Amino acid sequence: MVFARWFWTVKATGWRCIRSDFYMSFSVPAQLEAELNELVTHYPQKRSASLMFLHAIQEHFGYVSKEAIEWIAGKLELQPINVYELVTFYPMFRQEPAGKFQIKVCRTLSCALGGSHKLHKHFCEKLGLDSHAHGVQTTKDGKYSVEFVECLASCGTAPVMMCNEDFYEGVSNAKADEILGRCK
Amino acid sequence: MPEEFRLILKYADQPGYTPDMECYLRHGGYEALKKALAIQPKTLPDGKTMSGPEQIREDVKVSGLRGRGGAGFSCGLKWSFVDRKSGKPIYLICNADESEPGTFKDRQILHKDPHQMIEGMIISCFANDVKLAYIYIRGEFPEGARILNRALKEAREKNFLGKNILGSGYDLEIHVHRGAGAYICGEETGLIESLEGKRAYPRIKPPYFPAILGLYMCPTIVNNVETLCHVKHVVMMGGAEYAKIGTPNNTGTRIVSVSGQVKKPGYYEVEVGKATMGQLINDFAGGLFEGRKLKAVIPGGSSAKVFKAGEKFKLKKKGPDGKDIEHEVDMLDLPYDFDSLMAAGSMSGSGAIIVMDDSTDIVEALANLSEFYAHESCGQCTPCREGSLWMSKTLHRMTHGQGRKQDADYLLKIADNIPGGRTICAFGEACSWPVQSFVGKFKDEFIAKGEADEAKGEADEAKRAAASSGAGPTAELKIAASPNH
Ligand SMILES: Cc1cc2nc3c(=O)[nH]c(=O)nc-3n(C[C@H](O)[C@H](O)[C@H](O)COP(=O)(O)O)c2cc1C
Ligand code: SF4
Ligand code: FES
Repeated sequence: MVFARWFWTVKATGWRCIRSDFYMSFSVPAQLEAELNELVTHYPQKRSASLMFLHAIQEHFGYVSKEAIEWIAGKLELQPINVYELVTFYPMFRQEPAGKFQIKVCRTLSCALGGSHKLHKHFCEKLGLDSHAHGVQTTKDGKYSVEFVECLASCGTAPVMMCNEDFYEGVSNAKADEILGRCK
Repeated sequence: MPEEFRLILKYADQPGYTPDMECYLRHGGYEALKKALAIQPKTLPDGKTMSGPEQIREDVKVSGLRGRGGAGFSCGLKWSFVDRKSGKPIYLICNADESEPGTFKDRQILHKDPHQMIEGMIISCFANDVKLAYIYIRGEFPEGARILNRALKEAREKNFLGKNILGSGYDLEIHVHRGAGAYICGEETGLIESLEGKRAYPRIKPPYFPAILGLYMCPTIVNNVETLCHVKHVVMMGGAEYAKIGTPNNTGTRIVSVSGQVKKPGYYEVEVGKATMGQLINDFAGGLFEGRKLKAVIPGGSSAKVFKAGEKFKLKKKGPDGKDIEHEVDMLDLPYDFDSLMAAGSMSGSGAIIVMDDSTDIVEALANLSEFYAHESCGQCTPCREGSLWMSKTLHRMTHGQGRKQDADYLLKIADNIPGGRTICAFGEACSWPVQSFVGKFKDEFIAKGEADEAKGEADEAKRAAASSGAGPTAELKIAASPNH
């Protein structure tokens, strides 16, 4: 395992990364690594797997760390910048941990017409966050984060939101409380 | 009033209909694939032979099927552009990125009837000699991705996918690829870059037409989810029969997403061109809330130019003698099809109608949309990256009490300088059309807002600058909450 990682990093990213690899231990469980290895086979070019890798890593670790970026780059025979530029481009990836429960409220027109600002405000007030902030905010205990996102493709059942991977539609304040109550 | 005509969503909402293979097979699933694979080569009068796949491609042309993803481009024609002589593999990608605000039709198909789409996709791949295909699904559909992966596994088990499909000698593999929250991945060349593991920067055309230099610089077909479902039905009923649904040059059915301030927002599948905008809004979607009046309608997803209530258009119609007669139609009487909306200066785009009534502040509504585009520009082209941000900042300022009366003209000036070949992709058009049409058609309201702010006398340059920085909350729509929620 350690050897394999050494080998990959030497091959792809040079000495600088080996050093950081040495100091910060970052390891991917064998089962996850096996899943990732399988993903690579879906594409004629390894690089194509990078988005799927980032999803899998973020799902497992909660965010994409610098070490994770270097690890992915090594695996896919890329430079770390090739992976880093994806993390900064695609809104779903984050470089710091977010709340255990991530509440994403749709902000776009149909939902706004259906009351999504009220919903966002309701969450913020309940959780002691700033209802005027637009970007992601996390509660001090690290349990919840709340943010506005763009159209979630369910505009007919506005306002809609996601809590982690679960999708909710027609969310009244009462339903919002119910969703929060289920976050255990 | 026309009825719904459910072709694609025939079973999706029936009680007990599940997204698994057994259920799909019980409802006649994969019969079209078997039919497609069994088509025998045909000898033409000139002695040439036409293979099965060629016959399917011809049939799709005959059907008149037009793309349901946004541009409404002929599917048969798109397939005919594919470079088949390069010797390189041909790829097919199903565009399941559904991210045009207002649109929620692909979500229904993907979650409720994935096998229909997969069957359409396998047939399309067979017709185009594709051996490897991808479904690019937006990152916000994690459950959709799981459903698709399960469905693909089932299809492999039944040998509808994999090696030597049903003994035909044809091999195909399909994989699911997830996006990660960027709207621009819906644009086909941005999607291709994203699938190659890069930032979704759209490619310049020419030379990068997907049909010639697409995924991995190989010929590539990108089709929308709904379009691929239609291919299954074209094969099942035959192109000529399919073309009888809908209206000439606007064939088949279309799933129209209606949202905004109506009583029954939802998706309605209708024959293309058989229902008018008014019928879709007032009959299918239940009309406006009590006591409200129609103000504006976006007819084809947020990028389409808005229509103002009461707007009239001059359309040409063939008279009994075959000559064009010009006649005037109200916005609500426009047939909901590709050509009529285009003739009226907008588009049916992704088939999404967003309705706004008189409780909506039109400046706030546009500010909301502009914020979307400012957030989603990929940033490659200066006019789009800067323009979309300037428009959003100006509108942000206007919705925060710091408007000026010249803002309307200022917005138009920015919007006029983005599209028209100045940008790499059509996002340039997509971000300026809402501004051009909202400000163009509701100019008095934009000017009035600016004048009112100036008259308050509070506005000073420092405050204005602060408001333009885009800091502070997004424009909150101050409408009364819809009675539904
Ligand atoms: C900015 C932009 C966003 C787009 N988003 C989508 C989308 O979310 N889904 C989609 O199917 N097509 C989208 N399209 C259209 C695609 O580029 C492409 O035309 C379409 O997928 C082709 O499929 P069709 O011919 O079956 O319609 C978008 C286009 C642009 C310019
Ligand atoms: S027009 Fe906008 S979205 Fe399209 S490539 Fe240029 S900057 Fe990117
Ligand atoms: S606007 Fe909220 S889901 Fe589309």
